[in-house]
Amino acid sequence: MNAFLWQARAAWVIARKNARVYYLKPPVFTFGIVFPLFFFLAFAAGHQASPESMVPGVVSIALFFTASAVGPLVTPWERQARTYERLIVSPASLSAILAGDMMAGMAFGAFLSLLPLAVALVATNAQISAPAHLTLGIVLGAVAFASLGVLLAAPATEGPSQVMMLSNLVRLPLIFVSGVFVPHASMPVWAQWLAPLSPLSYCADLIRGGFGGELYWATSTDVTALVGFAFAFLILANWFHRRTLRQVR
Amino acid sequence: MTRESAIAAQELTRRFGEHLAVDQVSFDVVRGEVFGFLGPNGAGKTTTARMLTGFVSPSSGRALVWGYDLARQASLARRHIGVVPEEANVYAELTVWQNVMLMAELHGLARGQRTAQAHALLERFGLADRARQNGRELSKGLRQRLMLCMALVSGPDLLFLDEPTSGLDVASTHLIRDIITETNRGDGTTVFLTTHNMEEADQLCHRVAIMSRGRLAAIDTPAALRRHVSARRSVEVRFVEARVDPGRVFAPMAGEDVVVVANGFRVFGPEPGRLAQDIVQGASALGLHIESIRTLEPTLEEVFLSITKTGARVAAADCASSSKP
Repeated sequence: MNAFLWQARAAWVIARKNARVYYLKPPVFTFGIVFPLFFFLAFAAGHQASPESMVPGVVSIALFFTASAVGPLVTPWERQARTYERLIVSPASLSAILAGDMMAGMAFGAFLSLLPLAVALVATNAQISAPAHLTLGIVLGAVAFASLGVLLAAPATEGPSQVMMLSNLVRLPLIFVSGVFVPHASMPVWAQWLAPLSPLSYCADLIRGGFGGELYWATSTDVTALVGFAFAFLILANWFHRRTLRQVR
Repeated sequence: MTRESAIAAQELTRRFGEHLAVDQVSFDVVRGEVFGFLGPNGAGKTTTARMLTGFVSPSSGRALVWGYDLARQASLARRHIGVVPEEANVYAELTVWQNVMLMAELHGLARGQRTAQAHALLERFGLADRARQNGRELSKGLRQRLMLCMALVSGPDLLFLDEPTSGLDVASTHLIRDIITETNRGDGTTVFLTTHNMEEADQLCHRVAIMSRGRLAAIDTPAALRRHVSARRSVEVRFVEARVDPGRVFAPMAGEDVVVVANGFRVFGPEPGRLAQDIVQGASALGLHIESIRTLEPTLEEVFLSITKTGARVAAADCASSSKP
């Protein structure tokens, strides 16, 4: 077996381990669903909007929260539980370990975002008019957000609470400038300038397109941006995790 | 590095800021041997072991493991090794079986092979009945056994053990020592054993290296190391008489160290044979009756203390001379 396939298999093994150890737990599911839902409802309460117009936003936020929620905590948890060294000295390369972390976050995010989607299709008049856009938005968004989660796990700390703080400090601004709450055209000019900096903007754009909404950017722009963000996050994650590892005593 | 080397450490150095944890350490571990790596706390043992498994990268120097350069071919090198790190743990949320399977899968074992290996190991380590228990439900001794299973499931050529019996009860300690010996003799696995425990090193290791203050202070077989520390050879003598004045008996042997031990004395000197003759003659002249007399080689613990104290004195002298204007 060549080196790439060996490492790809190792990444798959680590993704399955992460799913068992960190993701398949009731509190993680509850947090992944309830938190984004209430977050969105809190905003929607102050605005006159039809339920179906809110569906793309709820799905986008659920995807963003769930795909990037656990990833930042995996490495600190592993360090705290003294299992990290075991992984690092296994034949899995650091890149494979990070790819495994990303794959688990991606699968978890994509799966959980289907729940609000299913509820919305049953309980509101929302309809999927462009399934390809919706699928691209969910899959590429999950990859980009999970990669962001892996990047946020890089700081040399054993304390998950410190990483949570950093994670929220980075993720919350990305939500506010993304156009999930307010369509891009209705945003203030300064926010329209900032929106392209958030991967959530492109994901929400594709998902909105999936429900028949008007796309703010071209589909190719959304896809390229999400793929670019995912690559950038993973490359940075690799670099930062390697740097953190060099500081290990 | 020879073709038979399991490990070749070449001037390995590791700094943590200003602190020099490991200073140009070089040694070879021969394939098939049990190699003990000894040293007091803070001597650089664990850092060196971590450099050899690739967990810590060296500041300078090179490490070859099973012929692979860790800086460039770490993944290939790690396919040959099993590791029981000092502070590592098992996954508390996974069962015993899942923990072992995880390591087998990470080493790329085929399904049939890993299942057979895992069954055999759990049986051998007395964990077969606990295969469905979560890691968190195991005692420290059982967790340590599980960690050995996880390290051995891939059938490694080289096994790194960092303080494998530290803090364990007597039964678990014996079991783990027996398994190390069996694994080395039966499967031909090379073992790199980091330990504080001199008895363990003496019992298990073909060769030992002693680290002191980040440097390699000595490396040889335990027997050869004992011979080198000739000043610590001794004679132990017990008298029939209950009260013996050591000042009178051992006066002709001025300059030798005399220590009171249970029901007798221990006299240290470079030539224990001559010393024993002198003691017998001295006792006879004083009308004392010897119950037993025997010459003693220094223990590995004494060798260790002698070497590490010398290291400490050299370091203190270095420190003093470097602080002079």
